Amino acid sequence: MTGRLAKIVVLAMVLLPAGRSPAQDLIPIPDFTEYRLPPSESAQTSPRAEAPWREYLDLGALCVFLVLATLFALKLRRRWALLGLAVVSVLWLGFWRKGCVCPIGAIQNVGLALGDASYAIPWTVVAVFTLPLLFTLFFGRTFCAAVCPLGGVQEFVAVRPVQVPNWLENTLGLLPWVYLGLAVLFAVTGTALVICRYDPFVGFFRLSAGTNMLILGACLLVIGVFVGRPYCRYLCPYGAILGLFSRVSKWHVSITPDECIQCRLCEDACPYGAIQVPTVPQSPEERLRGRRRLALLLAALPLLILLGVWLGWGLEVPLSRVDPTVRLADRVLLEETDKVEGTTDASDAFRNTGRPAADLYREAQERTKMFGRAGAGFGAWVGLVIGLRLIYLSVRRRRSDYEPVRANCVACGRCFRSCPREMLRLGLIADVAEVVPQKEGSGVFCRNGPEGASHKRLPTPFSAQAGRSGEGDRSR
Amino acid sequence: MNERNEPANDALSRRRFLANSAWTLGALGLGGAGAGLAASRAQGEEYVWQLDPDKCICCGNCQTHCVLDESAVKAVQCFLLCGFCDECTGYFPTGDHQRETGAENALCPTNAIRRKFIEEQPGVRYFEYTIEESKCIGCGKCVEGCALMNGSLYLQVRHDRCVNCNECAIAVACPSDAFRRVPASRPTILKKKAREVLEKYGQDA
Repeated sequence: MTGRLAKIVVLAMVLLPAGRSPAQDLIPIPDFTEYRLPPSESAQTSPRAEAPWREYLDLGALCVFLVLATLFALKLRRRWALLGLAVVSVLWLGFWRKGCVCPIGAIQNVGLALGDASYAIPWTVVAVFTLPLLFTLFFGRTFCAAVCPLGGVQEFVAVRPVQVPNWLENTLGLLPWVYLGLAVLFAVTGTALVICRYDPFVGFFRLSAGTNMLILGACLLVIGVFVGRPYCRYLCPYGAILGLFSRVSKWHVSITPDECIQCRLCEDACPYGAIQVPTVPQSPEERLRGRRRLALLLAALPLLILLGVWLGWGLEVPLSRVDPTVRLADRVLLEETDKVEGTTDASDAFRNTGRPAADLYREAQERTKMFGRAGAGFGAWVGLVIGLRLIYLSVRRRRSDYEPVRANCVACGRCFRSCPREMLRLGLIADVAEVVPQKEGSGVFCRNGPEGASHKRLPTPFSAQAGRSGEGDRSR
Repeated sequence: MNERNEPANDALSRRRFLANSAWTLGALGLGGAGAGLAASRAQGEEYVWQLDPDKCICCGNCQTHCVLDESAVKAVQCFLLCGFCDECTGYFPTGDHQRETGAENALCPTNAIRRKFIEEQPGVRYFEYTIEESKCIGCGKCVEGCALMNGSLYLQVRHDRCVNCNECAIAVACPSDAFRRVPASRPTILKKKAREVLEKYGQDA
């Protein structure tokens, strides 16, 4: 306050000799004799944003990368080619384009466009969002393999991956759906773009970021050394959508180039828990139990959704705390009722607008109510996701070969080289018997590992034991 | 009970046909939805971030919250509003100082404003103040000072620097909600006063 007074005093001293009244009228442009005014700041003189061809170039690059990744994974079947492409895409889409040609973030723009009629979404963003989805519908998650810079970075650091237990994988696998629900909620309500705000690696791409962002990114990278692709598997909301599309993809990467000889050598090759073991035939009692459980879960689904709605409604206040209008109203209310001392920049700015506080309170109240409804929707979504996951895990499937779990497989190509048929194809071995341990005289491959030997139901030598990765053991 | 019998061939092919049809419909639906969204709602034009100088309160967040190390926000000079003052409150601090161009006398922490003598008329000396953009850090101190007089200095997002984040970090931190997206073809927001002056003098002033 004293600073402002001093300024006014100085101002008066400066202005009075010139005989001008301050603050009312502008000091006019003097009548210069020779001097000509330089151009003022305007749309003409302001430096332009980058030319639109850069956007088209990015879109083209995305297309080319998607095609190449698909070729490398499905046709060429070479992991080094995928890694090479990942390096290029991390450099291009990551470091050069600062991680902002990003279908993950585009979820929010699409959500915003659907929720807010006044929001103009560039068609390039729609294309960036849709292209990987379409590719996944045809070829599986080749986008994740070598195009997404976030995936690329994590693929490089995954040097000592351990297998995550099935129950943990399935539980943590729900998080991307929850994150997706939250991101869409905040995008549609025009509150925040949380995916961009908490993008873990964009700070590295920009080579500058806030401390929190750097810590989050560094943590994920360190975890990523031991748990393959933690962001892709347990956070990435776009990965969740891609997984859904990948489930029904027309073609998909396969572990073996031609036929599965059930040698079990690929079983531990996947650090992402995406290799399914063949299923075991069930006894009638088991099947009955499975059916009962499925019926129970189907009946529980609506209850789960209702529970979600009820719990989600309670999120009204915590969700609305993210909203700047609600936060401002809270602050102004605290100041008006003398519960806090001093003011903030935001409350000062609000008072300068001359808008009545009651008006702000009303708007904040409406927004809070809106967050109650949005929270209920979010709760229903979470209930649905949990229910469907439980149902999915309870539906029985039959598999006779080792196959990738289509939803989880990111087509990284780690499993190719573990397959003897692939080594045969590449000419690395002359016969699969060189790498596959064979049971003497039986003519079939030995599969009696420590777990397999103790397994009670092994009707044929060709059905693997349940117990390792994959959802086979749960789908009964 | 044995494993379920293999379905008869025609049932299998029917099932496959249905699955394929569903898949094709889904693929077409997705493509159609994307194209539809693009066609109905999309703009050919890119939108860029800009700040409304009339809302700006010079809090300094533009300098500190941009994702770039050197903020994309810079001070600009609207000469149509400038009073060409000798004692410029955007250039000199309101305290003891010499009226000289040494950095120690300047309000700007990086001495990014160039002060150039233009001419002397009876009793008044006129100076031109230009922003050296390469030095400006977007702190808004000069803007705050200049607001005491004509307010010809104000902050703007420079689009050759701005990386056009999906969610502008400064916009999130802005206490007065001054940031919004504008079409890339009209990437600046003039002050209301500047618009009025422009109307008065015409575009060529």
